[in-house]
Amino acid sequence: MSAGTAKLNVTVAEVKPVNDLVTRFKFVRTGGGDLPTFSGGAHTVVEMQDGDITRLNAYSLMSNPADRGAYTISVRRDDQGRGGSRFMHGRVKEGMEMVISNPVNLFSLDLRAKKHLMLAGGIGITPFMAQMHQLAMMGGHFELHYAVRTASLGTYAKELSERYPGKVHIYHDDQNEAIDLKTLLANQPLGTHVYVCGPKGMINWVHSTAGEMGWPREAVHSEEFLAPASGKPFEVKCAVSNKIVQVGEHQSLLEALEAAGIDAPYLCRGGACGQCETNVIGYDGKFLHYDHWLTDEQKAGGKHIMPCVSRFEGKTLVLDR
Amino acid sequence: MSKTQFPPSITSRPVYGELEARSGSGHLMIADAEGAEAILDLAKSVDKAFWAKAHIIYIPKTTGTAYSSQLEELGAGQFYAGPSYEAAQSRIRRALQDCHMGTQVYLSGTEGLMGQAMAEATAAGIPHTAIQTEHRGSTARRMQCVHCKGITEDVTTDPFECSHCGLSLFVRDHYSRRLAAFQGVRVDAEDPGNIPEKVELFK
Ligand code: FES
Repeated sequence: MSAGTAKLNVTVAEVKPVNDLVTRFKFVRTGGGDLPTFSGGAHTVVEMQDGDITRLNAYSLMSNPADRGAYTISVRRDDQGRGGSRFMHGRVKEGMEMVISNPVNLFSLDLRAKKHLMLAGGIGITPFMAQMHQLAMMGGHFELHYAVRTASLGTYAKELSERYPGKVHIYHDDQNEAIDLKTLLANQPLGTHVYVCGPKGMINWVHSTAGEMGWPREAVHSEEFLAPASGKPFEVKCAVSNKIVQVGEHQSLLEALEAAGIDAPYLCRGGACGQCETNVIGYDGKFLHYDHWLTDEQKAGGKHIMPCVSRFEGKTLVLDR
Repeated sequence: MSKTQFPPSITSRPVYGELEARSGSGHLMIADAEGAEAILDLAKSVDKAFWAKAHIIYIPKTTGTAYSSQLEELGAGQFYAGPSYEAAQSRIRRALQDCHMGTQVYLSGTEGLMGQAMAEATAAGIPHTAIQTEHRGSTARRMQCVHCKGITEDVTTDPFECSHCGLSLFVRDHYSRRLAAFQGVRVDAEDPGNIPEKVELFK
């Protein structure tokens, strides 16, 4: 597979349940040695050998970027999901050898900012953990507002409050606590950048509220990896490799291409990075564009598709792969 | 004063737009000379509530009181008219220090004014792409001499004499956002003494 980035052979050094939903995994380089450096906000794509299915999921690195001895990720179990997180929770054990990708950062800090305002929802906390390590080391100015469902599901909430006293604010849904976004945004000094990672609704809320309040677009950052959507099976003709590929109900187009041995690049597998963009040579049917990479015009134009998350319904689809 | 159409140039040369009222927690407007017209035009489309949150910093230059009374009548929360950019600078810095994210910045007038105010606003933390500009009035340029680093304001001819070291300088389109100035390079470097006739390029 020629995907965007080099692979790393790692060994699982620790598997630690954090709460009812979240488990933490620590990877060290198989055979010893340092791992590549990364910057706060980076993710790695973890390959999971699940029988004859290879699952590839992107997870944010949450460890200290200055620590090259190990990478740490946290995985939230999604019982309704396609199986990646269940595999991580159920099958990954200490001592197991795995393959992960080199870190890629699609959610980096804008270091020109005078202040970093971080808004996290649920498992969206993980990229901020590495960023806070980085900022604490640099003496950067930051503040975290973290919405959790309940105290017991507040992944790392306690640790973070202790590690960064005064900078961490926790909001519990079950106690009807909510981030007062308008007031929070209204009081930020010039040069503040806001970062949000969490559920889609939260991301949209922050973008639209900040926009209405006159925040420059460049000062609002978000990260959301989409899970590939399921849908009706469909067939794709790959013009370059001259193959016909079947895409299953719960399989993404990208996964189907990979399974057929077709060169298909990716970086995020979540519709965010643009790396997998593929030209459409011909089609008869309709696209189900789920990505947030293509513009609305491009989506309507029928000339491009993002195979990591998007699907197709109809008679024929011919791709430039 | 009609609006200037600048000919296409290299990418470092700034391009200017047309001011439009945007929603925000405050409105900081900095203008010189005919730049007042851009604010007065914008005023046609906004209401009282907009002006309550506005701060106008105006440098009339040679226009005297032709515009300042009209600007004052807009009823901005704060209005200041000052004799020069240098005189207004501490007020600009203070205004930027006091405002919060969500404040809109509007610059209009000469390139020298817009460039310098832009440098202040970006240093204060506003991305330059979020700052609105509209050129009005003189096209005179603020030039930096690449040899002695001195800055000459309101240059209207090419070549021109550096007001610091006296060299004759060729007016380039190469622009430094940090210095808010175009670059002037010695015109007779290869053939000392061979200085082309001055042309009045800017008015
Ligand atoms: S792999 Fe990133 S958008 Fe598809």
